[in-house]
Amino acid sequence: VVSTQSTGQTFQHYFKQINLRTMLRRISSPAVSIGRAAVSTSAVPRTKYGGKTTVTLIPGDGVGPELAESVTTIFKEMAVPVEFEKIELNREQMKDEGSFDYAIKSLKRNGVGLKGVINRSADFRHHNLEFRGGLDVYANVVRCMSFEGIQTHHTGIDLIAIRENTEGEYSSLEHESVSGVVESLKIITQEKSMRIAKFAFDYAREHNRKKVTCIHKANIMKLSDGLFKACCKEVSEDYPMIEYEEQIVDNTCQQLVINPQQFDVMVMPNLYGNLVSNLAAGLVGGAGVVPSKSYGENIAVFEPGARHTWMEMKGMYVANPAAMVLSSAFMLKHLQLHEAGDLLIKAVNNVLNKRSCLTIDLGGNASTHDMTKAILSEVDLLA
Amino acid sequence: RSKQWYQRRVRGIAKFAFDYAREHNRKKVTCIHKANIMKLSDGLFKACCKEVSEDYPMIEYEEQIVDNTCQQLVINPQQFDVMVMPNLYGNLVSNLAAGLVGGAGVVPSKSYGENIAVFEPGARHTWMEMKGMYVANPAAMVLSSAFMLKHLQLHEAGDLLIKAVKNVINRREVQTRDLGGSSTTPEMTRAFLNELDTLYKNQ
Repeated sequence: VVSTQSTGQTFQHYFKQINLRTMLRRISSPAVSIGRAAVSTSAVPRTKYGGKTTVTLIPGDGVGPELAESVTTIFKEMAVPVEFEKIELNREQMKDEGSFDYAIKSLKRNGVGLKGVINRSADFRHHNLEFRGGLDVYANVVRCMSFEGIQTHHTGIDLIAIRENTEGEYSSLEHESVSGVVESLKIITQEKSMRIAKFAFDYAREHNRKKVTCIHKANIMKLSDGLFKACCKEVSEDYPMIEYEEQIVDNTCQQLVINPQQFDVMVMPNLYGNLVSNLAAGLVGGAGVVPSKSYGENIAVFEPGARHTWMEMKGMYVANPAAMVLSSAFMLKHLQLHEAGDLLIKAVNNVLNKRSCLTIDLGGNASTHDMTKAILSEVDLLA
Repeated sequence: RSKQWYQRRVRGIAKFAFDYAREHNRKKVTCIHKANIMKLSDGLFKACCKEVSEDYPMIEYEEQIVDNTCQQLVINPQQFDVMVMPNLYGNLVSNLAAGLVGGAGVVPSKSYGENIAVFEPGARHTWMEMKGMYVANPAAMVLSSAFMLKHLQLHEAGDLLIKAVKNVINRREVQTRDLGGSSTTPEMTRAFLNELDTLYKNQ
C-alpha cells in the first residue's frame, strides 16, 4: 500500500474503483488519440479566441530565456496564431509561492505549455518535480533520431524513450531518521505503471512502431521494478501486433553505446528514463538538438529533451536553440497547426544537416541569434 | 526500497577513490550524483566526497549530475579520469563505459573490502542463452585474474598475462563474437597461451 502526495487527488476518472482490465479495454478504442493528450480532444481545455491559441511560456533559468526568445522571434516572423502567456519563473521568483501556483494554474487553464528548466530554489522544494506531480504530467517522450549533419559515432538511430515522470526514485521522499543515515524512498505504483505502459503501447501503435522494450532492474529491485515490469507485461498482452521485450538497465546502457539501432520504443520508470534519455540524446547530438514532449490527461508540455539550465553561459547567447525550437514545433502540431509545425521541423532539420550554422555544442561558434536567423532563412526558403 | 547512507561508509568510498587516484597518478576525481533531486541522500554523498577531497589538494575534485554524465560519456568520454559514485549510478556508468571501450567481454574489474579483494568481469552478465556453447570472450575474466595475480604480488606473471591479452585483442587475428569474429572461448584461450609463450621467449 503506497500513498504519496502526488497520486491521490489527480486520479479521478478511470482508475479508482474500476477493474483495471475493463478500464484498459474501454480506453483501447481507436477514438482515444495519444498523439495529443491521452484523451479525446474535446476534453482538452483550449484558450482559443479569434483563431489564436494562448499557451503558457515558462523560459526558466540559465539559458532558458535566450532559447525562449528564439522561439518567440520565430513565431512572430512566421505569424503563427499563437499567443504566449509568459510566466517568469526563475530562482528568485520561486521564493514567492504565488508565482509558482500561478504558473500551475496557467498551465491548467491553457492546457499547453512550452518551458525551459527551472533551477531548484534555495528552500528545498523542487519545482520541476512539482509541476509534473501537481499537473500530473506523467509521460515524458524523447525521440532521439540521428541527424545527417551531426557527426556522431553511431548513425541510423531512431528510438523513443518514454519515461514515467511522476513517481519512482524522484518521489522526493527522503528523511534522516538517524543523524548521518538518510533514507530515500522509491515509489512504484500499479496504477501509474499500468498507465505509462498503456501510454507507451498506444504511442507505439499510433506512430507505427514495432517494438516496446521495458527497461528495469527487477533482478535486484524485485518488488518495485518487478511490479513495473509485471504491469508492462500485462499491458503488452492487449497489443499483440507490437513486439514486447524486457531488458535490464545496466545492459541497456551498454547496448545503447554499442548498438543503439536495436531500440525502438523504450518504457521505463523515472530515474532510468532520466539517464537513458540523456544518454540517447548525447548519441544523436546532445542537449542542444533533442526536443521532448510531456503529456498528462489534459495537458501537454513541450521542453528540450535533456533538462540542463547551463547557468554558466546565461546571458551569453551561445546555447543552441534547436531543441527548444523543435519542441515548439511539436507544440504547433499538437495544436493542429500542422503546416507551420512541419515547416519549422523541416527548417531546423535542414539547418542542422546542412551544417550552415554551428553553435558551440556542434563544434562551431555561432550564437543563439545566428541560429535563429538561419532557421528563419530556411523557413523562408521552404515556404 | 530505501537507500541507506552511512556517513562513515561514504567517506570510506570517497577516501578509497582519492587514495586510488593518488596511487595510480590520476589527476582528477569526479563525484557523480543527483543531489539536485535526491537532496538528502545524494546530498550527503556529495558532501562527504567534498569533505574528503580537502585532504588531497594535489588532486582536482569536481562534481557532476548523473544524467549529464551519461550524455558526456557518449559525447566526450575523454574528459573523465576517476569517477566516484553510489551503487546504482556506478552500475549504469560502468556498464556504459565498458560498452564504450569494447563491451562486457573485455573489461575487468576489482572489488575491495578492508580485508578482502574480489576480481570479476566489469559488466556482470551471465549470458544464460549461450551457456555451454563456448562462444563468450574470456578476455575480461583473464584480465581480472591477472589483476588478482598482481594483488598477490605476483607482478611478473600478472604483467605478462595482461600484455598477452592486450596483444591478442589488438592484433585482431582471433576474435570472439562480441569483437566481430567467430572464434570460440578455447581458441581465444589458446591465443593467449601462444602469446604468452612468445612474450616469455622474447624476454
